[in-house]
Amino acid sequence: MKILVTIKQVPDTATQVKIAADGKSIDTAGITWIVSPYDEFAVEEALRIKEKRGQGEVVAVSLGPDRVKEALRSCLAMGCDRAIHLNDAAWSAADTLATAKALAAVVKQEAPQLVLCGRQAIDDDMGAVTAQLAELLGWPCAYWIMEETIDTDGKAVRAARQVEGGLEVFDLPLPAVLAAQKGLNEPRYPTLKGIMGAKKKEIRDVKAADLGIAAEPSQLSVVGLEALPPRPPGRIIQGDVPTAVKELVRALREDAKAI
Amino acid sequence: MTFDLTSEQQLIQATAREFAETQIRPIAAEIDRDSRFPHETVKRMGELGLMGMVIPERWGGSGAGAQAYVVALEEIARVCASHAVVMSVNNSLYGDPIARFGTDAQRERFLTPVASGHAHGCFALTEPQAGSDATNQATLAVRDGDHYVLNGCKRFVTTGREASFALVFCQTDRAKGHRGITAFVVEKGTRGFTVGKTEDKLGIRASDTAELLFDDCRVPVQSRIGDEGQGFKIAMTAIDGGRVGIAAQAIGIATGAYERSVAYARERRAFGVIIGEHQMVQWMLADMAVAIDGARLLTRKAAALKDAGRPYRTAAAMAKLFAAETAMKVTTDAIQVHGGYGFIKEYEVERAFRDAKITQLYEGTSQIQKLVVARHLLRGDHDGV
Repeated sequence: MKILVTIKQVPDTATQVKIAADGKSIDTAGITWIVSPYDEFAVEEALRIKEKRGQGEVVAVSLGPDRVKEALRSCLAMGCDRAIHLNDAAWSAADTLATAKALAAVVKQEAPQLVLCGRQAIDDDMGAVTAQLAELLGWPCAYWIMEETIDTDGKAVRAARQVEGGLEVFDLPLPAVLAAQKGLNEPRYPTLKGIMGAKKKEIRDVKAADLGIAAEPSQLSVVGLEALPPRPPGRIIQGDVPTAVKELVRALREDAKAI
Repeated sequence: MTFDLTSEQQLIQATAREFAETQIRPIAAEIDRDSRFPHETVKRMGELGLMGMVIPERWGGSGAGAQAYVVALEEIARVCASHAVVMSVNNSLYGDPIARFGTDAQRERFLTPVASGHAHGCFALTEPQAGSDATNQATLAVRDGDHYVLNGCKRFVTTGREASFALVFCQTDRAKGHRGITAFVVEKGTRGFTVGKTEDKLGIRASDTAELLFDDCRVPVQSRIGDEGQGFKIAMTAIDGGRVGIAAQAIGIATGAYERSVAYARERRAFGVIIGEHQMVQWMLADMAVAIDGARLLTRKAAALKDAGRPYRTAAAMAKLFAAETAMKVTTDAIQVHGGYGFIKEYEVERAFRDAKITQLYEGTSQIQKLVVARHLLRGDHDGV
């Protein structure tokens, strides 16, 4: 079974995000980039499906600038067979729809039986690309997947989605698009052999023209970014217990309007 | 000259760091306290490929090279020096000499299981009367038909209890002195080979340091590594690589203590300000940072020379000397920055301080490193220094 995994390179979870001078983007200086954690669940699941079935191919795909090669290489180190890098200045301001269109064109070329994605990227948390991709392909799609089982002849997948207090189980005909939730699996560490072997695997550069896509303006434009206001300092209420409690109740009721 | 790691080395570093933080850190204090060999995490390190980094893929290793090895070893030691020494011995002292001096049949049998993390190796050179003076070997190997008969005792063998294979150095011709030393691999379970006492140590307490006893132990000729009389050269070649590993271990120990000190200096308040505002604390932190970076550069240089196949004995001795002294000084000052809290086990600089001491002792004391450096300098042989 051929599986395509879409990944996004995002700032490390420990990054202190700073807004850039243009007020519309983040300052990327000094940022450590990683594969978005939900996408790692997708990569891991694809590798497990391949291992369980004893054959198949896992292709990692990402859209972004040159630095995205590092993220793709770490997917190859984990065990993906090859990677496709959608790397074109035409996509430098791609919104979710433009990204989904590019990915859909790749999916049509590659014709996998399954596309696995993370449920959202942890940078802008849009969570839109997977649904848009499925829509453009006309494929069934299930989000927040905690479990999946593909039937032996590779015709359908049973996927369990996280809902409040339980799991909602779907049967989807293949090909389909699944979006991984945390808990689906525990991603492996790349082995050193995997890391050393990754440089021998192919990362194919793809331009918009290769997919027959004409540049079109983004439908979504960022107007501005605003930092969260600093948290007001806490307040310690002085005095003996009965007085302090009275003051606390008054403050919760009148100042904070919490009770 | 470039100071950037390759993309593979960066990935290896990130993997080693994440493994150390998520898998080793939760147990590091406990295994130190209980002197417990961490089988589970050491096994996982083997599966990741950390036990055969300087061994070619053909023999079960990952062939990542010495530079990647010191980068990864530093990350492991930053969290736990015991895990780091197990890794260092498997790679440098056991795996590397067998890869270099063994036959293909020996590599297949003795190296592949260790380099692929399925078993451990150890290096048995030191004896009760042969520490810094390693030429003074008393363990004897006497040829008897297709076998050698080993008699003697090895001391302070890292991983000696847990290892399945021991690289043992014996005198086969006493008259020839150190030119009469020969190397053998002896497998655990061989009749006449037993493990004596395991030492109770100041530091690296989760790694076992054991005595190996040989009593009429018959070892087949096929287990002799290299020729008769080649043993001392094999041991010294292994130790050159080992010193680069121990330098990386020392840097890791120092880095862990330094990072805790910086964090503490940012939050602990005294005299109305964070202690990082006090010049005397700044002084200590700056000295730590400079020494660690210096040690790291010396170590990466030695590793780069090794990867390039160039002589690196002096560079390895310099790196090991400077890194070990740095680890001891940095961990001492780290406790000073923490004040009384640094003396308490809960603030892990106490463990780093105890672990640092061994780096000044094993694989050649700091004094021996100075001897090596000076001898080579006087000969006009400085490894491109």
